[in-house]
Amino acid sequence: MGELRLMKGNEAIAEGFIRAGVDAYYGYPITPQSEVMEYLMAEKPEERTGMVVLQAESELAAINMVYGAACTGKKIVTSSSSPGISLMQESFSYIAGSEVPAVVLNVVRGGPGLGDIQPAQSDYFQSTKGGGHGDYRQIVLAPSSVQEMYDFVNLAFDLAFKYRIMVLILSDGAIGQMMEKVMLDEQKPRLTNQEIKDRFDSWALTGRTPGREHNIITSLDLDQENLERHNFHLQKKYKEIEENEVILEEVSLEDAEYVFMAYGTSARICHKALQIARKEGIKVGLLRPITLWPFPEKKVKELASKVKGFLSVEMSAGQMIEDIRLAVEGKTKVAHFGRYGGVIHSPEEVVAALKSKIIGG
Amino acid sequence: MTQEIIIAGFGGQGVLSMGKIMAYSGVMQDMEVSWMPSYGPEMRGGTANVTVILSDERISSPILQIFDTAIILNQQSMDKFESKVKPGGTLIYDSNGITHFPTRKDINIFHIPAAKEAGRMGNIKTFNMIILGGFLKIFPIMKMENVIKGLKKSLPERHHKLVPMNQDAINRGMEIVETVQTL
Repeated sequence: MGELRLMKGNEAIAEGFIRAGVDAYYGYPITPQSEVMEYLMAEKPEERTGMVVLQAESELAAINMVYGAACTGKKIVTSSSSPGISLMQESFSYIAGSEVPAVVLNVVRGGPGLGDIQPAQSDYFQSTKGGGHGDYRQIVLAPSSVQEMYDFVNLAFDLAFKYRIMVLILSDGAIGQMMEKVMLDEQKPRLTNQEIKDRFDSWALTGRTPGREHNIITSLDLDQENLERHNFHLQKKYKEIEENEVILEEVSLEDAEYVFMAYGTSARICHKALQIARKEGIKVGLLRPITLWPFPEKKVKELASKVKGFLSVEMSAGQMIEDIRLAVEGKTKVAHFGRYGGVIHSPEEVVAALKSKIIGG
Repeated sequence: MTQEIIIAGFGGQGVLSMGKIMAYSGVMQDMEVSWMPSYGPEMRGGTANVTVILSDERISSPILQIFDTAIILNQQSMDKFESKVKPGGTLIYDSNGITHFPTRKDINIFHIPAAKEAGRMGNIKTFNMIILGGFLKIFPIMKMENVIKGLKKSLPERHHKLVPMNQDAINRGMEIVETVQTL
């Protein structure tokens, strides 16, 4: 039986970590996501499931604890907000190179630099294009409600282990701080060491297994031919993810002449803007990517030949719009609208932008 | 039915907790709800506000610029939010500390002398529940039994002994709400 609660997004995801049977959380506090660790500490998950919750001395320490622990095939997670996530980028690249499954939450705040502590979506480039070095990808999930903050924990770990890849849950200060009702499901038991060995013995550091070569987890390979082969393998995996793992939500696209494209908090605002515009007789729909990478390129392409224009609505100066333009290939009008630096656009502003930049523009 | 509400006042008046109790009462009544606080430096500067949405349908934007109802508990909030009530909407205020009274003619206005009443009842902390009572009198959208459930869900177990006192305050708020103007 489920359990219905009113929770903040940050609390819901923390409860989600416990109920998903996560083995360890390593983190370092930063607004607007400090409730994640605060909630975990108060809940004493070591008593509920044996889950470890540890405050590291810095974000760098936290992500490297994640990297190390995740090498053992256990479910490991960390969370931070934009400046803290920037500090972790080097390790994201190592995690990608060594193909370790891990989950990271970014509750985005206004930037650049220390910026402010208000909600923003200006980390799209960093999240989807890679803030670290090398040819790598990470799956990016964008929740737009408190329920999705909770639900995406299991989704993220399923994907992380299916592909041995890092999954970033890209939230923002609004979804982290607001309360909505959440349906919580049953506690999943943590995997036993034997279960981990049974499932992941082919790659994970599970201790010595008689008859098996020792597993080595590293991102270093000084033989360039080998490293190129490893990169071919990674690219093949990324291609497979692009083919199979796109998730999106469509609202009123059947008869749409115009499309709002937005994720997270901005998608919620666009949903309201859509209702306002539809009352005025404007046929607008909403395409909400739930996976930002893989990006719903096919869907955008398909719409591009049918609609009169896309308005990319982001709490940034315009980042996702570049992926939309690449998919649209000049077939229809594409414009950006959004407030940023921690300011959130109103539904009325979005409708006005649709009129001025797409319909009349 | 959708009610888009802003509650605004000083930090310490129980603005956020009143919003939470309202939202939890909505959950208990099987409504869709959202509770979006202002957080960060503006809170530390003294003002606190929260947007609460109660609806029979899936809630779109939890962040709004204009509201069906504004519950205004200090002058700064009056200055900021009187103009943000939709035409035909409702403004509810406590005159305690208010120097410039609302002037709009295209909205419903109600007054709840909650601070005075809370003082008279001998517990200033019941202030926000008196306001909630007034709101529920004007908008009987949630049953009292669900409000009490919401109250219990919002309070830690050790504070459940305070529920009857809060219920009295809600009832008192329902009695003392005054109509200033209705359309």
